[in-house]
Amino acid sequence: MGLFLVKAVLFMVIPPLKFNRFLKQVRFIGLQSVVLIFLTGGFTGMVLGFQGFYSLSKFGSDAFLGPMVGLALIKELGPVLAALMVTGRAGSAITAEIGIMRMSEQIDALELMGLNPYRYLVVPNLLAAMICLPLLTAIFDVVGIFGGYLIGGKLLGVGAGTYFGEMANYVEMQDVMEGFYKSLSFGVIIVWVCCFKGYYAGIFTGFGSEGVSKATTQAVVLSSVLILVWDYFMTSILF
Amino acid sequence: MIKIENLYKSFDGNEVFRGISLEIMKGEVLALIGRSGCGKSVLLKHVAGLMKPEKGRVVVDGREMDRAKGRSLTALRDRLGFLFQGGALFDSMNVFENVAFPLKEKTKLSDKRIQTRVLEELENVGLSGSEYKYPSQISGGMVKRAALARALVGDPEIMLFDEPTTGLDPVTGHAIIELIDSCHRRLHFTGIIVTHEISKVFGIVDRVAMLHEGVVWAEGTPSEFSSSKDSVVRAFVGDSGSGEGRFKGGMHEKI
Repeated sequence: MGLFLVKAVLFMVIPPLKFNRFLKQVRFIGLQSVVLIFLTGGFTGMVLGFQGFYSLSKFGSDAFLGPMVGLALIKELGPVLAALMVTGRAGSAITAEIGIMRMSEQIDALELMGLNPYRYLVVPNLLAAMICLPLLTAIFDVVGIFGGYLIGGKLLGVGAGTYFGEMANYVEMQDVMEGFYKSLSFGVIIVWVCCFKGYYAGIFTGFGSEGVSKATTQAVVLSSVLILVWDYFMTSILF
Repeated sequence: MIKIENLYKSFDGNEVFRGISLEIMKGEVLALIGRSGCGKSVLLKHVAGLMKPEKGRVVVDGREMDRAKGRSLTALRDRLGFLFQGGALFDSMNVFENVAFPLKEKTKLSDKRIQTRVLEELENVGLSGSEYKYPSQISGGMVKRAALARALVGDPEIMLFDEPTTGLDPVTGHAIIELIDSCHRRLHFTGIIVTHEISKVFGIVDRVAMLHEGVVWAEGTPSEFSSSKDSVVRAFVGDSGSGEGRFKGGMHEKI
């Protein structure tokens, strides 16, 4: 599995890049996930608004709702939840697509044409995920912050100046970069695991539709677990 | 042209090949027959370099296919065409895009030249008018024709056919065999046709080899096969007759 990632990264930095395929995957992984990210980001922020206000008001610190929502989203919830959403929506589809291509000998056909399957199937996804995941995370964070304000500010009475002003005081560039690094690495994890599981669907999970189904399930579960484990290690390092 | 020497292969302890040796001359078409699961398609994938043997070697025009890597493997594969059992058309592309794909990716031909070449090849296989249909919208016979057009569009020197008539009705199956024959007469490629439908291919091949129990059990011309007295061959060919003879290289050998 490690060799698979090494090869994918190697073919990513060595031209040529299949640009049309890359654009198609940017559209699939990025653009088509925006609505989902809007919804999950918005509701996560709104829940944080409620829970944060409830907890902070116990200590008379409800003025710090903005920094709490902002930091929770930017450092943790944004990257992790956006990555989990992309795993469920795009990662599973990537595994299924590559798995079906493996079962129906389409990957063999590519190889027999003297074409490198990594360049067609893995590199465009990897590059697209590395670009889209940070952008989707940024959308998640912004929508979530406004979701938190909608509840904290409009419903529970925390002023806009307090909410955003305190957030600007406490959220630093380092926090934003932490979220960025996390989302970038989660993009790599999703594509690495999902492409690998699809590429070797026949070998590790059996043949036929059942094999693709198992590969897809394993890809989603393994990606999700790895995202959470890797998140812990990154937090430990960047804390 | 293609030399298979003492090939051994096993899957999960099950020995599929136990020393297979076979030679196919330039311009010759060989039918590879045998019971289901005897390793015909696996042998074809060894010739194409998609699988590696545990022992033995596959030599294509003096170069070892099983040891070739990188550019030398690509160069060898550029001379190959492969018709997969299920066609292996890219399901996200229509017929035209499928046939044009190897030309777009492997050559520097202009779009106009590619279009002319693809339409010409589709006409050769009788698929004019179906250019913009997707693999899911066409019949099994049409999928095979489109896959054949894609395999032939690069003018390969060697063509490998994996069960070209499987899953097709007898009429369509015959049409595919006739198409392979006409393509061979036009392009003079060296070919291996994997099949268990002997009656369909005997008329168009130069030689037949039968795989049985992990070895090349019998080898000869179609007429030698038809008149064979070997019980295994007779059981497979399905004609009347009995005996224990086994022949190889056109010479009947009693065993």
